[in-house]
Amino acid sequence: MNWIQLILGRLGGLVLTLLLASVVIYSALLLTPGDPMSALAGGAKPNPELIAQIRAEYHLDDPIWTRYWDWLSGIFVGDFGRSFVYKTDVLGLVAPRFVVTFQLVLLTVAIILVLGVGSGILAATRGRAVDRTMGLLTALGLALPGFVVAILLMWIFAKSLGWFPGFVVAILLMWIFAKSLGWFPVFGEGGDGIDRLWHLILPAFSLATMFLAYISRVTRSSLVAQLHSEHVDTAKVRGIPRGRIFGTHVFRNAAPQILAISGITIAGLFAAAAIVEVAFGLGGIGSLLTEAAARKDLPVVQVTSLLLVTIFVVLNALADFISAVIDPDSVSSGRQA
Amino acid sequence: MSVGQLAQGKMPVAVKDAAKKDWLYLVALVAFTLMALMALIGPWIAPYNPTQLYAGPENGLPTAQNLLGTDDLGRDVLSRILCGAGVSVFAPIIIVLLSTIIGSLLAVTAAWFGGITRGTIARIIDVIFAIPGLVLAVLAVAMFGKGLPAPIVALSIAFIPVVARLTQTAASRELGKPYIAALRVQGVSSLAICFRHLIPALVPVVAAQMAVGFGYAMLDLAAISFLGLGQQPPAADWGSMISGGKTGILAGAPEQALFPSIFVVVTVLAVSIIGARVTAWAEEKER
Repeated sequence: MNWIQLILGRLGGLVLTLLLASVVIYSALLLTPGDPMSALAGGAKPNPELIAQIRAEYHLDDPIWTRYWDWLSGIFVGDFGRSFVYKTDVLGLVAPRFVVTFQLVLLTVAIILVLGVGSGILAATRGRAVDRTMGLLTALGLALPGFVVAILLMWIFAKSLGWFPGFVVAILLMWIFAKSLGWFPVFGEGGDGIDRLWHLILPAFSLATMFLAYISRVTRSSLVAQLHSEHVDTAKVRGIPRGRIFGTHVFRNAAPQILAISGITIAGLFAAAAIVEVAFGLGGIGSLLTEAAARKDLPVVQVTSLLLVTIFVVLNALADFISAVIDPDSVSSGRQA
Repeated sequence: MSVGQLAQGKMPVAVKDAAKKDWLYLVALVAFTLMALMALIGPWIAPYNPTQLYAGPENGLPTAQNLLGTDDLGRDVLSRILCGAGVSVFAPIIIVLLSTIIGSLLAVTAAWFGGITRGTIARIIDVIFAIPGLVLAVLAVAMFGKGLPAPIVALSIAFIPVVARLTQTAASRELGKPYIAALRVQGVSSLAICFRHLIPALVPVVAAQMAVGFGYAMLDLAAISFLGLGQQPPAADWGSMISGGKTGILAGAPEQALFPSIFVVVTVLAVSIIGARVTAWAEEKER
């Protein structure tokens, strides 16, 4: 396998996909019914002067291809356009919110990798009872969308617990503990540093649940496949210690698959974060996108969508590439980027 | 974007194992039938008008009058769940049907013609795959306004890649089989081979896809309504009820968010078990 050829090929496909996606996103402006003028003028009946000013400011008189090109080349030099609603630069709106989403995703990834891979390893190695329990828990987790977990956590941490008596003892203790210390706040993104981290804990767990269950299952099944393979039996017969067999013969062989799927998962988290951001009132790019869509603020929607698409595509390709480096055999049989 | 896009429409092995148990399959089938029945006749069996204010107290607990309690405006939660069932269950079916029809047609076209056609279709599918379903749906809302039609169309498009990729693999495999070559030698027309032999042979794979896709479509659509971009008040579906129930939680009345959550989770679980059964059947057929 020629590495340079492979990388260039993938990179070309990536750039082409992104370009086409940007065309799709930009053409949203064209397909929108109604005149953008009415949105821009904020509902007021615009006088001719204002119309001319707006038309000039948003270059509405230029042909669409020129406008697309201006938009795209603007993004490369940091000019993200102006919001219809806030009348400010989109970059200034997106940047601080991106930080929140990024931190949220980082914490979620940590939770997914530690608990997901950890529980997958436990399920694969600690006998039938543990395997069964994990199987049950992950089956439940796979059916729990982020917004339902968010509601459950809010219910547990925000308000009374008298509704379901069976829960009481454990949850109540946790609740008193958390409340007395002012931990796990339910709304907002908080200040900086540690305060931000506490604010992100509940959203991160809500976001993580479904993906965690999925990664746990993937980890378990790829480990089990390795554990039952011939080379592991051979290693056992040769008397190699269990720990070393697991490290060098089982986990290392299963790692590429786990890593590849984790990579795709992480890529998807940035977009999925929108749901928990809205649920917990976090000011991330997902909630910005949602607000902007509700108010038909197309410049913000387009930039945010393009950002999410770019992150998704680049991380996807990166995951693909890393698994190709670790395990070159997967290239021929792997998914297309 | 959900696990649906990650899993590329595939079913985790453990779920498949679970679905081999007949009682579980039966329970799932009964649960789904009940949900579908609710969706069909919900508005007629609802005890109250779903938008009637103060059918009970504000944030009321479950009582004999309001079996599942009332929300912050005193509306009956059970009636709202029953009347929202139609949208919550049938909208995902529309998504699955649309994406399956378009996706399968693209897949069969790509597998049949190969070459440039296949390359172009693969590129289109890559571009669609690059835009997470949730983002596409929100983009559609920004263009056409809030409400369910735009997200339904957007999600139908977003689900095409998963359907198309799996179907194309199956179609290519089927086309490589000797009987297709035999039909060609006999001079059977291409269209006849496609519609009488190829497409019927793909039915199990596609059916499995549809069952699995339904659950994911339901979750994504509920998420859109949860974001406040789908079903608009005063009408409700389960997603928007969960979102609306947030205020109830803070007021100490979690039922109005928890009950619709339970309905979503139970439906998705039931469908995923049924889907696993269909997938197992499709794999059986494949052999």
